Amino acid sequence: MENNIIIKDNSFQRMEHKEQEVIGACRHSVWKDLKRELLSNKVALVSLIMLTIIVIAVLLAPLSPYDPYAIDVSQKMQGISTKHWFGTDDYGRDYFTRALYGGRVSLLVGFCAMLMTVTIGTTIGVFSGYIGGKLDMLLMRFTDIFLALPSMLLMVVMNALLQPGLVTLIVVLSLFSWASVARITRAETMSIKERDYVCAVKNLGAGSLRIAIKHIVPNILGPVIVAASLGVANAILMESSLSFLGLGVQIPVASWGSMLQGAQSHILDAPRLAFFPGLLILITVLSFNLLGDVLRTALEPKIVE
Amino acid sequence: MWKYCGKKIIETLIVMLLISFFSFAIIYIAPGDISSMYITADMSEAEREAVLEKLGANKSLPEQYLGWLEKAVHGDFGVSLSNKASVAPQLMRRLPTTILLMGCALLLSLLLAIPLGLWAGYKKNGIVDNVISFISYIGMSIPSFWLGMLLIILFTAKLRILPSGGMHTVGKESLLDTIQHLIMPSLTLSLGTLATFIRYIRTNTIGQLAEEYVLTAEAKGTTAPNILRKHVLKNTLLPIITLLGMNLASLVCGSFIIESVFGWPGIGMFAMSAIGQRDYPIIMAYIMLSGFILVMGNLLADILYAFADPRIKRGIDRANGK
Repeated sequence: MENNIIIKDNSFQRMEHKEQEVIGACRHSVWKDLKRELLSNKVALVSLIMLTIIVIAVLLAPLSPYDPYAIDVSQKMQGISTKHWFGTDDYGRDYFTRALYGGRVSLLVGFCAMLMTVTIGTTIGVFSGYIGGKLDMLLMRFTDIFLALPSMLLMVVMNALLQPGLVTLIVVLSLFSWASVARITRAETMSIKERDYVCAVKNLGAGSLRIAIKHIVPNILGPVIVAASLGVANAILMESSLSFLGLGVQIPVASWGSMLQGAQSHILDAPRLAFFPGLLILITVLSFNLLGDVLRTALEPKIVE
Repeated sequence: MWKYCGKKIIETLIVMLLISFFSFAIIYIAPGDISSMYITADMSEAEREAVLEKLGANKSLPEQYLGWLEKAVHGDFGVSLSNKASVAPQLMRRLPTTILLMGCALLLSLLLAIPLGLWAGYKKNGIVDNVISFISYIGMSIPSFWLGMLLIILFTAKLRILPSGGMHTVGKESLLDTIQHLIMPSLTLSLGTLATFIRYIRTNTIGQLAEEYVLTAEAKGTTAPNILRKHVLKNTLLPIITLLGMNLASLVCGSFIIESVFGWPGIGMFAMSAIGQRDYPIIMAYIMLSGFILVMGNLLADILYAFADPRIKRGIDRANGK
């Protein structure tokens, strides 16, 4: 028994220098995080490829030999063929070309609405969070009310009664979606403005505006990018609903949503007219949603292992 | 606790007021005047004035709004411009139809989401989980009206087993017939809510499975289905109350679109035709009614949640200094 108590020579270990990675200290820049995550995550990669294909196809729309607006009754309601990939619609227009031009409108509305949403939301959020006090309380009440409004209903009414068109659509869409972005950016700003480096910059004499733009905004970029990705998805979905109800873009301009509106009357005799634009909406929105979620996990402040 | 409820109710009232003012203002600044439907070219100046006076169209926005508000709180939403009948009874007559659709959709999404969410959470990161998650992603991303159209193509045009629209077949008033008409719209309407519920229940289940009471249950030999059903389910269902309230918004707005796809004769379709005819009293009444359903949903969810979970109730009481 006693043998056990005696400490043997080999139970000692020589002190040696070991390379050990520091856990948790290192956090890469947002863009590096993004790139790594996008390339390593299969879901993200597939979504990104899908979106790239759709965006390039839509940008190259003028290369199509067909005019998206020229009516040719002799060609109406042709089926799928090598000449007309998606067939033709009830006015004899090439449906594939129409889908490409429609995609331009849908994506344009989606992106512009997202840009406006993010800009308004971030500005209000950062201001509110950074300045704090009475202004913060006031702005946040305001934001809460916007969050509680039945946005879709008011959007329908606004679009129905105001001059319909692209600009109205974009303004209305962003008017009802900035609030959640403001909420997120405010919370982030509140936590970042207490950090030491902000204090240091302040002591070096930087003005509030400079601190907000140069030091706070770059550091809340993560959540903003996530919100932007989900925002595009949401805007495209909303636009398609409004256009489907006939309250969005006006004829002869088409978006995917308004193409579906047109297809509704031919749903029983030409289901393909309804199939393609919807599929394009689904793929685009799904990709943006998936990307947004992958980015959320990627950009969450966490220990990089 | 009562203070919290009071605060929530006041907030709700403010939101309702704002919704009404906002929509009233939009209608006020919208091009096209109500009076143009009453005034004809051969009217004299005095007659015109009289019409404007009667409609109240010559007053300023705040005056008109207050006038409308005063009547509205008494349940009088004016007279429809297109059929000259009182608005409130017309809406109320169609409300049950919409509630039926919304209720079915809600029930359907709950019945499907609970088992699927629990299953996905239990088999976290397995094949089942991935499939269920992917489906719920599609549910979030698919335009509901397009799904409706696809269902019509499949079940009406190809298989010919379900009717494409309406609520009754002409001449048939049986329950079975109504159910047949109800299947596609409620399925379509439920998908969005279903997706949100599944994701939420899944996350909750994963969180609850890591708790120690699950370990205890395992240790005493409870089988997995029983752990899920008897222990985890109860704890994951609580947050569903809040979700129910929040998803009322998507149901109300969703029904607006779905009703016009399937020709479901509820308030959404009624409002849609009113928008087409610029029938302002109906539009206002519809917004107020849907806004009311929605805001009340949120209010009830907030309050019920606080009552159902003692931790939250205690937290609120503590915040109020009790």
